[in-house]
Amino acid sequence: MNSFLMHWTFAIPEIWVLTMACVVLLTDLFWGDRLRDLAVVLTVLTLIGAVVLTIFEMGQSGTAFAGLFVLDPFTNVAELFSYLAVLMVVLYSRRYLVDRGIYRGEVFVLLLFALLGIMVMVSGGSLLSIYLGLELLALSQYALVAFYRDSVVATEAGLKYFVLGALASGMLLYGMSLLYGLTGTLDVRNIAGALVNVTASNLVLVFAIVFIVAGIAFKLGAAPFHMWLPDVYQGAPTVVTAFLASAPKIGAFALIIRLLVDGGYGMLESWQQIFVALSLVSLVVGNVIAIAQQNIKRMLAYSTVGHVGFLSLGIVAGTEAGLASAFFYTVVYVLMSLAGFGMIMLLSRAGFEAERIDDFKGLAQRKPWYAFLMLIIMFSMAGVPPTVGFYAKLAVFQAVIAAGYVWLAVIGVLLAVIGAFYYLRVVKVMYFDKADAETGIIVRDDLASTALSINSLALLVLGILPGPLMAFCFYAMQGVI
Amino acid sequence: MVHSSLLSYAIWVPIIGGLLVLAVGDRRAEAARWLALLVSLAAFAVTIPLFTGFDPRTAAMQFSERVAWIPSLNIFYHLGIDGISLWFILLTSFLTVLVVISSWRNVKERVAQFMAAFLIMEGMMIGVFCALDAILFYVFWEAMLIPMFLIIGVWGGPRRVYATIKFFLYTFLGSVLMLVALLYLYYHSNSSFCLLVFQKTPLGMTAQVLIFLAFFLAFAVKIPMWPMHTWLPDAHVEAPTAGSVILAAVMLKMGAYGFLRLSLPIVPDASHKLAWLMMLLSLIAIIYVALVAIVQEDMKKLIAYSSIAHMGFVTLGFFVFDSVAIEGSIIQMLSHGFISAAMFLCVGVLYDRMHTRNIKAYGGVANVMPIFAALMMLFAMGNVGLPGTSGFVGEFMVVLGAYQVSPWAAILAATGLITGASYTLWLFKRAIFGSVTHPEVAGLKDLDGREMFVLGTLAAFTLLLGLWPAPFLNIVHSSVQHLVTQVSLSKIPA
Repeated sequence: MNSFLMHWTFAIPEIWVLTMACVVLLTDLFWGDRLRDLAVVLTVLTLIGAVVLTIFEMGQSGTAFAGLFVLDPFTNVAELFSYLAVLMVVLYSRRYLVDRGIYRGEVFVLLLFALLGIMVMVSGGSLLSIYLGLELLALSQYALVAFYRDSVVATEAGLKYFVLGALASGMLLYGMSLLYGLTGTLDVRNIAGALVNVTASNLVLVFAIVFIVAGIAFKLGAAPFHMWLPDVYQGAPTVVTAFLASAPKIGAFALIIRLLVDGGYGMLESWQQIFVALSLVSLVVGNVIAIAQQNIKRMLAYSTVGHVGFLSLGIVAGTEAGLASAFFYTVVYVLMSLAGFGMIMLLSRAGFEAERIDDFKGLAQRKPWYAFLMLIIMFSMAGVPPTVGFYAKLAVFQAVIAAGYVWLAVIGVLLAVIGAFYYLRVVKVMYFDKADAETGIIVRDDLASTALSINSLALLVLGILPGPLMAFCFYAMQGVI
Repeated sequence: MVHSSLLSYAIWVPIIGGLLVLAVGDRRAEAARWLALLVSLAAFAVTIPLFTGFDPRTAAMQFSERVAWIPSLNIFYHLGIDGISLWFILLTSFLTVLVVISSWRNVKERVAQFMAAFLIMEGMMIGVFCALDAILFYVFWEAMLIPMFLIIGVWGGPRRVYATIKFFLYTFLGSVLMLVALLYLYYHSNSSFCLLVFQKTPLGMTAQVLIFLAFFLAFAVKIPMWPMHTWLPDAHVEAPTAGSVILAAVMLKMGAYGFLRLSLPIVPDASHKLAWLMMLLSLIAIIYVALVAIVQEDMKKLIAYSSIAHMGFVTLGFFVFDSVAIEGSIIQMLSHGFISAAMFLCVGVLYDRMHTRNIKAYGGVANVMPIFAALMMLFAMGNVGLPGTSGFVGEFMVVLGAYQVSPWAAILAATGLITGASYTLWLFKRAIFGSVTHPEVAGLKDLDGREMFVLGTLAAFTLLLGLWPAPFLNIVHSSVQHLVTQVSLSKIPA
């Protein structure tokens, strides 16, 4: 066996997902019209299989395919959370898609390809493979957003996302090309070695870092690169929004780990400064603008920007504990936004999108259980204990204070209070307001309801016992620096 | 060892019981009420062994429990109580029983949720009083906002939404800076969140002052101290009776407890340095807020302002750093726990019958409700601080302790006693005495058995604490002595 194919087994989960994506596509082509549920079942099986395969890989580490592929604890853990996120999206999606007449196999195929893109990013060891993964993810996302052809807003959102996303990819690629020109290698680890000989004040290097960070910030949704986010979140079908707000964030976080930490840790001080600025602007923009929103999808979009500001605090710290806390924040954010958008999907029905905050009026009287779940989600997003959202904030604040940025933590907690206001408003609408006659929302979907209940209660249970999840995220970051 | 998990029972019995009540559902209201009563009695029962098994001779933490909770961040589930915490735990579990009984009939909507909110909140409040890990403390401290937010917002008066959001954001804003301070302390105490370790951590003056101010913001909002008190009258007026009772009797004590457990021992030098500010604010609360109370038209608002003034005595007692004054403050807190609870319940009794809290709508109530008038008279006297009631012991000890440190402060505080007398007695005169002027008042019925039981119990404790405070003081004595020693030692590294 030649050296290129040595350790090819590391990529078995990726190969499995790729194969199964093709299988889903083909089976749906032949039997899809008669048995559409087949695609869902196969997708779920694919994800379960991927979980099993990834768990078998745990504990190994190394590179494969001449350095294009890296396997380390972060790869495994990030992939596991990505499967989980996609699984939840699939479980939530069925009735929502049926109601809108877009229950087609391609949705699931695109989701699997997007997942594959994330997996390639997470395990990328070279600029080339990382970029490849990113584009696979991005193209699947553009298609997903525009998938609901009959909806004008969705098509518009798809176009916006495509144009701006292409710009961001271009920036990232430009930064990569500068890095390649400077070091003469595409391999991230070799870049790290070559950068030792380059002074930090090297103008080309600074440009490269700035472009790369700008590209990452776009994918992550950090202000001031967040312009696409509200329009796309609001315009896309809620299923797709739930996906956009979950697994791809893990992918974007992987860009930080692979490019900035694995490759550019020697340049820590340069990108740390940029993240201080990104974090500050995101915190302010996200939390303040969200107050003015009447559309809950748009509000959650701005809240995403705010959350990115918080998780950037952990990146600012730059230590292993800081990155671990940022990763923990990302995972928690994924869980929270899946639950949040899942709730919106569940309350929507054919011809009615429950996307105004007022649509939640009096929910506590009509559907006390769902109101309770939404209460947990909102308090978790606000970071109030005993929900897991609090520990996510706690961890990043702890890291950023350890790094000596007490003032940044003070600004962060103050903006968390401002943020609490608009989450409270949703609780207020549900619990304190009377229901309108016209917003009689029907919930009837056992599969999605069960998934949502588990998802939301997890926020509470993990809030009471956050130890294991946090330890798992810390494990993922072991030795990453 | 049965003893080792008593504190956990005290916290988790009401919380799990509350979830069970929630599961019973609002449709079976009667079952929910009985289950809630049962749970609250059980929760009270598990706190009694804390009292009987408590050793008053030592200042060390008792009934300690320590289990790793979040190992990645070195956070422990660490509980323990001393003489200061013990009384507040008993007060909380005792008052929750009374609150459940007193809301038996006058809460008709979403009964199960209402009862569950109180039980869950009880567990969290007890958690605050026994947490010895900073993050655990903070978690309980913040978590209890959620049930209170819902209690005011769902079962409150006409302006409830405004009041409850103001309550939540005010206290949340106050607390978050405390979190930053706790995290800062973590890095200066070898990565430990243990409050007992914090107490031994040396800190420079600037750091101490900043930490003190962060703590101050959290606790002063909660107590509340002037000028951070504006949320309290709103919250009290809009809250249902039971909510007001818990808010005044237990939640306000949390801020004061925070000063004793965190501020004084962790940053003693800053406490001394800023004692003048604290005394000033306390005196403003005692004098100015009491004057504000005089002009109130709404009975609940009047009692709310009177609470702020009474808490002024508590904080004044803390910052003279004298063991008599601090013990006086603790007695004052307990006494206020009984009396303010009783006063709010009295207003609740009237409100249930008349649906107004405006003083002008009443007059001559004593003629139609003699038993009620007699009991309320007792609580009014306690509120004034008449010898023989619990109100006297605390205020007297605080003024006595303060006199040794600053005679002027003591004299000014003593004038507060007079203002206190004027607003309470004037309220009493206008509402209860005189002849019946409104026809509605003439039709009032006197207390029923349930109300008599609740108010009678509180009356008994008011008198017991007033006439024979020795057993209460006996328990807190060692802990207070220890605290005074801690505060007197400088922590500034040489």
